[in-house]
Amino acid sequence: MTEIIAKSSGVHWPSDKVTTIPYSVYTDEAQYHLEHEKIFKGATWNYLCLAAELPDPGSYFVSQIGETPIIVTRDLDGELNAFVNRCSHRGSLLCLKKSGKAENLTCVYHAWSFNLKGDLDGVAFQRGVKRQGGMPEHFCKGDHNLRKLRVTEFSGLVFGSFSDDAPEIEEYLGSEISSRIRRVLKKPLRIIGHNTQILNNNWKLYFENAKDSYHASILHTFFTTFEINRLNQQGGIIVDSSGGHHVSYSMIDPSLSNEVYGNQNIRSAKDEYRLADWSLLESIDEYGDGVTLQILTVFPGLVLQQIHNAIAVRQIVPTSVDTTELVWTYIGFEDDDDAMIERRLKQANLVGPAGFISMEDGAVGNFVQRGIAGTDEDVSVVMMGGESAESQPFRATETSVRGFWKKYRSLMEGIVPNA
Amino acid sequence: MNENKRHLIENLMADYSAAIDSKDLERWPELFTEDGRYRVTNSEDYNQGYQHGAIWANSRGMLRDRISALREANVYEEQRYRHVSDAARLITEDEQNGTITVSSNFIVVRTMHTGDTQLFASGMYIDRIKFQDDSALFAERIVVCDSQKIDTLLAIPL
Repeated sequence: MTEIIAKSSGVHWPSDKVTTIPYSVYTDEAQYHLEHEKIFKGATWNYLCLAAELPDPGSYFVSQIGETPIIVTRDLDGELNAFVNRCSHRGSLLCLKKSGKAENLTCVYHAWSFNLKGDLDGVAFQRGVKRQGGMPEHFCKGDHNLRKLRVTEFSGLVFGSFSDDAPEIEEYLGSEISSRIRRVLKKPLRIIGHNTQILNNNWKLYFENAKDSYHASILHTFFTTFEINRLNQQGGIIVDSSGGHHVSYSMIDPSLSNEVYGNQNIRSAKDEYRLADWSLLESIDEYGDGVTLQILTVFPGLVLQQIHNAIAVRQIVPTSVDTTELVWTYIGFEDDDDAMIERRLKQANLVGPAGFISMEDGAVGNFVQRGIAGTDEDVSVVMMGGESAESQPFRATETSVRGFWKKYRSLMEGIVPNA
Repeated sequence: MNENKRHLIENLMADYSAAIDSKDLERWPELFTEDGRYRVTNSEDYNQGYQHGAIWANSRGMLRDRISALREANVYEEQRYRHVSDAARLITEDEQNGTITVSSNFIVVRTMHTGDTQLFASGMYIDRIKFQDDSALFAERIVVCDSQKIDTLLAIPL
C-alpha cells in the first residue's frame, strides 16, 4: 500500500483516492466525535423535517443533527426557526415532546422561557424573592438566547446549518439535484405515516447503502424472484460536483410506445406473474416522465425516494458510533384522491422496515459492522465503475459511493481527494 | 358476545400466535377472510389517523404474497417470535354484519439464530372478527405497536 497520506483521529487513509475505505472509519470513536465538528456542524445543510410537520404559527417539531438535539419552530410570524434543544441556563432538554403547538418554550428545570425565535424572554425570580437573590445587575437576557441555527426550506424540506460557510441551499445542492427534488415534491404534501428503523451500524454504512446502486438487484431479489419484468431499460446515476449528493433513477425506455405498456409500468405479462394479488404493483406515471424509480440523497443525512407511487423521506440520525436511527416519513399530496392514497399505501409495502425491496438494508449495515469488528488495519474496496465520482449513464457502479467519500474527506481533512 | 363466539375468537387468536411462532406461516393468511385487512402501525400514527402501515394489506392474496416473499425473496437472518397476548375485550358487536370488534394486548419476543433474545414489540391488536360456518376469521387485524421504532427489520408479521 502507498504511504499514509492523511490521518484524522485513529483513521488512516491508504491513499488520496476514494477507492479504498479504512474500516476504522465506521468504528473509531474519535472519528465519530470529529464528524460532529466537521460534518454535522460543518459547512453542510442537515435535513430536519418536512415543513408539513409545522403547519401553523406556534408549531414545533423536535429533530436532530448528528446527536445534537434540535427544535424546529414556526414562529408567530409564520417563519421557520431552528435551535439546539437545550436550555441556555443549565443545559436541560427544553422541549420534551416530539411535536406540538406552543406560544413559548419554557424549561421545566428553572422555568427559563424562550420565544419561538429562540430568544430568552423570561428568567424565573430574575429580581430574586423579597429582594434577596436574583440575577446580578449586569445579567443581560440577550446574551443567553438559545443556540440558533441557519434554517432554510426547499420544496417543503427543512434544513438547518450550524455553519455560516454553507452556501445557499440551491448552490449547496447544485442544479441537477435541485431539479430532481422539485420533480418529486412538486405540490403541497400530505403526510400518511411514520416509523423509525433502528440500524445497528454506523450512520455512514446506511448512507452508502442508499447511494449504492450496485447492490440493488443483488441483495433485493423481490422483483426478480417474482419475475416482474420492470421494463426499465434506462437508468443512470447523477453525482453533484461536490460528490455528496446523488440521484439514481430508472425509467421506461421512451422508444416503447405508451399503447404497449400503458400506465402499468412494472406489471409483467400475466402468465409469468407469480404474485397472488398484483394490485400491489399497479402504479400510475404521476410525473408523466416514465421515471419509475428515483433515489436521491442529500449529504449528510437525507434520502428522498420515489419508487413508483411510494414516496418517502428518510432521515439518517446517528445515535452512537455503531447505532443509527432511520426516520421514515411516508408522503402523498394534498390533492390525492382515495384511489391514489390506497395505491400509495399498497406500494409502501415495498419500502420501510418491512419493505419487500428494502428490509434487507436494515440488516446489511449490521452485517458489515459485525464483519469488521476487531479490525483496524483492513479496507473495503469501492472500484465498480472506475475510480472517480462522476455521473454515469448506468447503474452497475459505485460512483455515488465514491462521491460520498469525496465530500466526506473534503470536509474531514480540508483537502479534496483524488476522485 | 355469546359463549360460542367467545370460544371461536379464543381459538382464532391461539391459532394466529401458533402459526407465526411455529413458523407455519402459510397458515397465517388463511386466518383472514378473502378481503381481510391487515396493518402494522404504531400508536402515534394510529391516534393521529394516519393510514400507513409498515405492512399493509387489504386481501388474503396480499398476505399470501407477504409469506411467499419471505420464503423466496427476502434476505434476513433466521429468527423466531414468541407471542404472548391476553384475553380479547369486546369493543362493539355489529349484529347486522355478524362481526365483532375486540381488542387485546400483545408482546412479541424475538430470538435470533445467534441466541440473542429481545422484546421486539408490544402493543394492541384491534380485530374485526367475522364468523363463517363454525369458525371465526379476521376481517381486519390492526397491529398498533406502542413504539414507532422497529429494530433492524420486520420480516415475519406481528
